[in-house]
Amino acid sequence: MIYSEQKPWEEIESYLQKDEKLFVLGCGGCAAASGSGGEEQVKDLSYKLDEAGWEVTGSRVIEFLCNKGLVGMRLARVSNQIEEADSILGAGCGIGVQAVGKLVDKQVHPANDTVSMGHFHGAWPSEETCERCGECLLEYTGGLCPLTVCTKGLLNGACGGSHDGECEVEPGRPCGWELIYDRLKEIDRLDLLTTYNDPKAREKYQFAPEMDQRKSLFWAIEAEQGE
Amino acid sequence: MAKFREKVNGGHFVVTCEAGPPKGTEIDEMLGELDEIGQLIDAFNVTDQQSSVMRLGSLAVSHKIQDLGYETVYQLTCRDRNRIALQSDLLSAEVLGLKNVLALTGDYTTMGDHPHAKPVFDLDSPQLLDVIRQLNSGIDMEGNALKGATDLFPGAAVNPGADPMEPQVFKAKMKEDRGAKFFQTQAIYDPETFKKYVKELRASGVHVPVLVGVLPLKSSGMARFMNKNIAGAFVPEEIIQNLEKADDLVEESLNVCAEVIKETRNFCQGVHLMPMGWEEHVPKLMKDSGIA
Repeated sequence: MIYSEQKPWEEIESYLQKDEKLFVLGCGGCAAASGSGGEEQVKDLSYKLDEAGWEVTGSRVIEFLCNKGLVGMRLARVSNQIEEADSILGAGCGIGVQAVGKLVDKQVHPANDTVSMGHFHGAWPSEETCERCGECLLEYTGGLCPLTVCTKGLLNGACGGSHDGECEVEPGRPCGWELIYDRLKEIDRLDLLTTYNDPKAREKYQFAPEMDQRKSLFWAIEAEQGE
Repeated sequence: MAKFREKVNGGHFVVTCEAGPPKGTEIDEMLGELDEIGQLIDAFNVTDQQSSVMRLGSLAVSHKIQDLGYETVYQLTCRDRNRIALQSDLLSAEVLGLKNVLALTGDYTTMGDHPHAKPVFDLDSPQLLDVIRQLNSGIDMEGNALKGATDLFPGAAVNPGADPMEPQVFKAKMKEDRGAKFFQTQAIYDPETFKKYVKELRASGVHVPVLVGVLPLKSSGMARFMNKNIAGAFVPEEIIQNLEKADDLVEESLNVCAEVIKETRNFCQGVHLMPMGWEEHVPKLMKDSGIA
């Protein structure tokens, strides 16, 4: 899942100064779940545009703006409305806006900011998080990930900055290394606290791994069409 | 000039004093204030953009201070530099004649005056110590040979007031294992906590010399603020009340610090002073506590 928030209206307005007619496009996937690109928001955006003097040639919410095959099919049905518009206002995430831009030879304005979810990767029924670092350290830290449980992502013990067990960076958040300490104490493995963990091989998670791992049905269809 | 190292290694008592670079390029005033203190101490400890506030760099200021004839402890944090920059700065420090480095993780970016900055933290403090060990042995952290090694004397920070204390004992052990040759602590107001921590260190086989951190309280309000907000800082209530009652606040505050120094003298191998604006009172404090 990708989380997005609608930009301030003034910012959106500032993007549209050269245009008179707009087509509004929402995303029924993550953006709808984020409350930034579903039916309600698209309706609201269209209304605001109308109020402010723009002509809305049409609007649609498509399940996933990132799925170009699907978006192409859906937009074909309203091609006249797209044709008529000077540009498109895209209420999706950054990927959705980019994907639509590849299909339509008109400017697609982003209506949303795509924001970090921290280490939260999507909806699942627990609070545990994984940074996907490629060098799992859970063996040495009592099964709690120091990269995600510690604000600074320290690998070798607490920074010493916690106050009454609370993180100095994020008030209210428990000190991650104190949680690790408590857990190791509980399982009688405090000896592990002396384990020195080497610096991370950052390239393992700063960059996407082999293309094979990014392939999907959609990717395959797109690649096929591209050839 | 490596007297600080010789004294620390030789088991002699040392005194360092924090010097905070200015926010801007006007450095003469700061350098001018150092002379009186400089005669009394072993090294100026130059902070690296303390509390994540963007300032003049510790490398340049350490160099300037050494030019005046005083030794420095160059502070280096992992907050703003990746491993390439950290190693390069350490090589630069060597070339500039800086001999002592304090390896710190660093405060988080959001705590300072540039909260939108990217927090780097590519390495943490034990890893930075390990890097210094490697550069000293003539290789970089990837094992590539250096054309000329460093000869740096690495130190680290520890926090005796952390609650629970035990993780800070483990961390100190780890820092010793990665090459820390001296420790300096956060500000201490309760000598008993400090003594207990040092005893725990020694019992755990950690033998790195410890410099007790001393920071004069500017007011009772500051003391209460620290108790509430600063990790590991614990100012006993009695001290706060004495500050409130005191006719001469400066006198009383310096007394508190002098007591800490006297009380901990047999449990540490030096003092790390953090005057933070009270530089003018440092000579008196040192005299009162018997270290000048």
